[in-house]
Amino acid sequence: MKRIISILIENKPGALARVVGLFHQRGYNIETLNVGPVFDGSYSRMTVTTRGSENDVEQITKQINKIIDVIKVADLTEGDHHEYEFIMVKFKQSAKIQKILKGLNGKIHEKEKDAIVMSAWGSSSDIEVAIRAIGKANLLEIARSGSIGLHEGEKVLKI
Amino acid sequence: MKLSGGDLLMRALRDEGVKFIFGYPGGAALHIYDSIFKQKACEHILVRHEQGATHAADGYSRATGKPGVALVTSGPGATNAITGLATAYMDSIPLVVISGQVQSHLIGTDSFQETDMIGISRPIVKHSFIVQNTQDIPRIVQEAFHIATTGRPGPVVIDIPKDKTDPSKLYEYKRAKEISLRSYQPRVLPHPGQIKKASKKILSAERPVIYAGGGVILGNAHKELISLNKLLKAPVTNTLMGLGAYPAKDKYFMGMLGMHGTYQANMAMHNADVIIAIGARFDDRITNTPSMFAPNAKIVHIDVDPASISKIINADIPIVGQVKESLLALIKEIKRSKIKIDSEALDNWNIQISQWREQHGLDHDLYLSKIKSSMIAPQVVVQELYHATQGNAFVTSDVGQHQMFVAQYYHFNKPRRWINSGGLGTMGFGLPAAMGVKLAFPKQEVVCVTGEGSIQMCIQELSTCLQYNLPIKIININNEALGMVRQWQDMNYGGRHSASTYSDSLPDFVKLAQSYGHVGMKVTKQSQLKNTLEKAFAMKDRLVFIDVYVDPNEHVYPMLVAPNGSMKDMWIKKNTKA
Repeated sequence: MKRIISILIENKPGALARVVGLFHQRGYNIETLNVGPVFDGSYSRMTVTTRGSENDVEQITKQINKIIDVIKVADLTEGDHHEYEFIMVKFKQSAKIQKILKGLNGKIHEKEKDAIVMSAWGSSSDIEVAIRAIGKANLLEIARSGSIGLHEGEKVLKI
Repeated sequence: MKLSGGDLLMRALRDEGVKFIFGYPGGAALHIYDSIFKQKACEHILVRHEQGATHAADGYSRATGKPGVALVTSGPGATNAITGLATAYMDSIPLVVISGQVQSHLIGTDSFQETDMIGISRPIVKHSFIVQNTQDIPRIVQEAFHIATTGRPGPVVIDIPKDKTDPSKLYEYKRAKEISLRSYQPRVLPHPGQIKKASKKILSAERPVIYAGGGVILGNAHKELISLNKLLKAPVTNTLMGLGAYPAKDKYFMGMLGMHGTYQANMAMHNADVIIAIGARFDDRITNTPSMFAPNAKIVHIDVDPASISKIINADIPIVGQVKESLLALIKEIKRSKIKIDSEALDNWNIQISQWREQHGLDHDLYLSKIKSSMIAPQVVVQELYHATQGNAFVTSDVGQHQMFVAQYYHFNKPRRWINSGGLGTMGFGLPAAMGVKLAFPKQEVVCVTGEGSIQMCIQELSTCLQYNLPIKIININNEALGMVRQWQDMNYGGRHSASTYSDSLPDFVKLAQSYGHVGMKVTKQSQLKNTLEKAFAMKDRLVFIDVYVDPNEHVYPMLVAPNGSMKDMWIKKNTKA
């Protein structure tokens, strides 16, 4: 089952590598990864998506928690949550692609004769569906932000 | 007074109470070495290989409970320290390893003796620091010791680029009164609700077993463990790392459990209805096949590291907390509780365990019965050593058959006396570890039990022993082969001894010891053994290397049957399952 793990981690050199290295070291896979400094910039919020059983994810979160630079960890998939992913797509003129992305909050950033650049966002499952639907024809490149997410309601993950 | 980076480092180490630094100099560490020269608080011990430095610091730590400190240079100095770091990491030993690094502006340019120490050590350290500002050195040292020694202990690396110890750049020394890190709160007290549940479960057990590991020793909780069992009167087993946590002479002690554990300890685990795991981590050398592990047992698991709980075997009652505090809380709760232990069931259980012991327990009197054997049994060497030292020595070991024989036959009654690489299984550990122990306890007997395979992995440290006058006793259990490898080849590979023998090319260990300035003795007959040991131990101020030729065909038993075996499935002697 797909899991979304949110991590607050000290914004220090090498901190990210400790988390990424741990997944490999313990035999787990990272599907998507997003990281950026938040609040005063002294720490970052990372979002990692991975697949595994409940036991796997419990072990992953416990191990991540042991990393000294990690301040807090939460498995968003444990409860209700919001989850979105942002993508940018460059493609040759294609009404089909344009339509698919429009359906995902799409926005045109550049429209040239040879290339159109659009962004879109949606739940990662919607993004997956869209990427499959786009196919290869006329597609030039694609970049994904990886999932990011927040708890629903009053629950927060912060220091 | 303002100080250079090197002087700041030495001052900070002094303020941490560091007495010994085990190290080896080199270009990137030279400023630091100059600062070492100018101070007297910490004695530097020059090893002959950086692996020896880390193991010596590790042995010092295991014996004293204090953090060990090693200092190495960049590049090969750093990579040579890796095995020692991994050894300490697997056994949760607090070390602070300081590595010199190339100058900041050279980092990333493939400069001379450059290696990414932070990157290369990352999976095998509890934490690591790279010094970016010289004035941070005192704070980083304080944080490193704090992290290494609290919670579940472990090794910490401090990587210091050479320009950060430049003797011409001076800074104020500031030491914080207290260290607090927002991302690290190591002090965990057990949850009272869990303690209550555990007490209830334990007191209603009919076939309880206490399974205590290295965490009891690391957490200095052996007295609490003894107090707990004064109340429970349950059979106790120790892991390889836990030997000494519970006195071997106590009537409730069953010996070690696991791969080469005693018959009664493994049978007790398999048949228990409640297992009280304390500072132990259910590793693969204990559980055998996890799905077949102790089928009827409820598990109470006390550990300071939540990640150790339910990692391999699901805990029915997890208690996350420091072992000492958890045991104290449990003792208090048991005393308060109105539940009465079913003493009849418990008596029957203890009788059952005695029966298992009689059936297939270890023979601790082999030294008497085998006195006329043509070849010396390796077990007998350990038994004679036990008697020669009255069981009071600090014993370090390397890895393999000899290690298991010590674990089985030397009865450890006190914690921190048995010093071995359990988790990583590092050959070459024993001799440098013994140096660390001997420096900490110069008046105590320190013995390194090794094999002719292991000892050659760090033999160069014999030179260090001469330089610092460390009269260790080395017992080389010489079977002219990599004994444990050969045992597996005998049992699983049709006796094809692939790359496990070298009898025609072994050194003359007596001459080797002598050329290093020590005393060498050779024993080939059972009749010489006792006298030679007595003679060696009488030489209080000399390192004596005793090369004991033993029966090369001896195997370590019991041995768990694997794969697809449970803890009750054991080989108890050659070709015989229990």
